[in-house]
Amino acid sequence: MSEFADQLATRAAEEGLLDVAYATLDSPVGELVVAATDRGLVRIGLPGQPLDSVLAQLADDVSPRVLSYPRRLDEARRELDQYFAGKREHFELAVDWRLSHPGFYRRVLRETAKVPFGEMITYSQAARRAGSPRAFRAAGTALGSNPIPIVVPCHRVVRAGGDIGNYGGGPEMKRFLLELEDAL
Amino acid sequence: MHEGLPPFQVFLEEHLDPVRAFLRGMVGPNDADDCLQETFIAALRAYPRAHGGNLRAWVFTIARRKAIDHQRSRSRRAQPVGDVEPLVDRARSSPPADAAGVGMSPRHSEIWAAVAELPPGQRAAVVLRFAVDLRYRDVGEALGTSEEGARRNVHEGLKKLRRSAAELKEMTT
Repeated sequence: MSEFADQLATRAAEEGLLDVAYATLDSPVGELVVAATDRGLVRIGLPGQPLDSVLAQLADDVSPRVLSYPRRLDEARRELDQYFAGKREHFELAVDWRLSHPGFYRRVLRETAKVPFGEMITYSQAARRAGSPRAFRAAGTALGSNPIPIVVPCHRVVRAGGDIGNYGGGPEMKRFLLELEDAL
Repeated sequence: MHEGLPPFQVFLEEHLDPVRAFLRGMVGPNDADDCLQETFIAALRAYPRAHGGNLRAWVFTIARRKAIDHQRSRSRRAQPVGDVEPLVDRARSSPPADAAGVGMSPRHSEIWAAVAELPPGQRAAVVLRFAVDLRYRDVGEALGTSEEGARRNVHEGLKKLRRSAAELKEMTT
């Protein structure tokens, strides 16, 4: 925004007052919003999700002390750039899981985070790995509410039988990511 | 958890310009940016406990406190040391050449100087009414007075400013 806002955010970070830092990032799928707490990456907003609503959700669910502070996102932005350039298969970012519901939903997401680059599993497999083999619908809901898409690769979870299924950013984006990974 | 409070970034973007205008009127253009940072850092610190209802009045209350603190520390420093000119003298001297004064005519700096001489309550009310363009009701809310009190403060302040303007005219003609 302005030099003043940058200086304010820098001082806020130094004084421990910056609970959520965010930045935007241009990517081949459109503009992403990336946000981090002091624990790690907490949210990625896909292009279909307006910045305002992503920030409002962070204010409500994490802390209203939300400021634009790209420096805290330097590493995340670098790794995402590399991923989209085909030069990175694995993210080494600390993740803050607090925006996913504890319990089954979070287990589904944690298991999904282990699915390697270029591989796919089905919703049933995700449910089984999270400990409830028959809860494949709930697994779909958990993946649909993934607060950190791309880095927690919910796009690698697809329907049995060849249909790639839904995606927060739309099925075209899911297909794009899977093709980027040579998974299709 | 904090329903009702906008993200701080949104709050900042909405209130930055009016608060800057207010502080320029309160402490002068040269010191306004320091006070501005102090104001928004204090606001950020207290933000999770703020009430979403009237954030504008809330941030002006903080800004006014910072402006008063600033003037106190300035006058404490100015007297014994003597090398920090009071705002009034500096503003009254020839047109300011530093960056903060760019674009300000001599006439403007005379107005600043006269505003700076007003008692804090009147000065805050005059600045909020005319530099920030708030309605009297909002001036009152920001300063913790009634709408009537705000009107009175502005009225008294303007009366003094008119007197200074008249004196100024006598001096220059």
